Amino acid sequence: MINKKVDTISEALKGVSDNMTFMFGGFGLSGIPENAIADLVKRNIKGLTCISNNAGVDDFGLGLLLHQKQIKKMVSSYVGENDEFERQMLSGELDVELIPQGTLAERCRAAQAGFPAIYTPAGYGTEVAEGKETREFDGKMYVLEHAFKADFAFVKAWKGDAAGNLIFKGTARNFNPVMCGAAKITVAEVEELVPVGELDPNQIHVPGIFVQRIFQGETYEKRIEQLTVRERS
Amino acid sequence: MLDKNGIAKRIAKEVQDGYYVNLGIGIPTLVANYVRDDIEVEFQSENGVLGMGPFPFEGEEDADIINAGKQTITTLPGASFFDSATSFGMIRGQHVDLTILGAMEVSENGDIANWKIPGKMVKGMGGAMDLVASAENIIVAMMHTNRAGESKLLKKCSLPLTGVGCVKKIVTNMAVIEVTPKGFKLLERAPGVSVDDIENATEGDLIIEGDIPEMTL
Repeated sequence: MINKKVDTISEALKGVSDNMTFMFGGFGLSGIPENAIADLVKRNIKGLTCISNNAGVDDFGLGLLLHQKQIKKMVSSYVGENDEFERQMLSGELDVELIPQGTLAERCRAAQAGFPAIYTPAGYGTEVAEGKETREFDGKMYVLEHAFKADFAFVKAWKGDAAGNLIFKGTARNFNPVMCGAAKITVAEVEELVPVGELDPNQIHVPGIFVQRIFQGETYEKRIEQLTVRERS
Repeated sequence: MLDKNGIAKRIAKEVQDGYYVNLGIGIPTLVANYVRDDIEVEFQSENGVLGMGPFPFEGEEDADIINAGKQTITTLPGASFFDSATSFGMIRGQHVDLTILGAMEVSENGDIANWKIPGKMVKGMGGAMDLVASAENIIVAMMHTNRAGESKLLKKCSLPLTGVGCVKKIVTNMAVIEVTPKGFKLLERAPGVSVDDIENATEGDLIIEGDIPEMTL
């Protein structure tokens, strides 16, 4: 067993610095690496490019990094839930690249799986495809999209072990698995770090080879963005 | 004239037994309420769930189980969770049978605009561009005109496009319209709406052949 476990969060984030490109797992606030984000806030490193489907809300998730003006550029598919984001974007302080959600996922997966680029039909004929190479396959048009290049991927799983194996819960899985191994260093935080051998190899979602560092998060707030319930009849 | 629930009710009739269906935010979400209960349908949410159920009872919500609108949901027996690449693989690979989404504008050749208004805050396209570029069966659910009373069924879209030549059918508060190679073809009228009313509210050319039946809900 190759040990990926680190004892402290500062060891987990060792090597992060200004002007780096980071990937963050999560959809909305579900499945975001809360502990890594909290440590990046503490470190107050600046000029970051962040690849993440969303940009958090004003006081949680990546909104915490935006609040301290740590982010130079966001690469996302949907960013609507955040007033400070809007202010920085409209004032020109923050650069934003909006890309289709499936393209975002596949550019991560391409980086993980060793593809330099992929062809996707998404965005063909729209401003997203402007300046990009296009090609016809079997009568349909596709856009060439390049694999991401990132320094760190920060992901969050439900359970993991010291070998770096990960299991996710519910829709908190989202972008996390495709970001593992898609950056130079993947840092996984888990709600529960279990002894090696406890996870059934048949049930592993992400094999440990894609993870360089793993730690158990201190706490998880797991904030709900849109609490929606029905009446008991 | 239909209200939003009426539009959803009419679209629900397009949902067939054995369909995997992706519902967009807004009117499309309401369609789930009107699907016949004697057929088997699974709803896909692009953030990674197939087999979505109703909202949870109070106190049973789980932060780890949400839909694409970030709302807490439940799952039904037979449901599955998966990552975002797999989710869009289902969409791009045309494994999802029916996609229902809203629009700001649709043009005669099936172009759709629904993600960006220049000069206003741009929130992003989310999964809309992937959906419209790949789905074979796309139904647009929308009001026939915008708040200013202007037609949303145009010769050519004026807003930035989400996808080109992709919309097959449009259900509005006034009509059911098919997008054919020759343009908009009127299929059905909403209750109490005349063919003239629909023509007047449609900027694009409208193909009208024979008697146009009133829709049944």
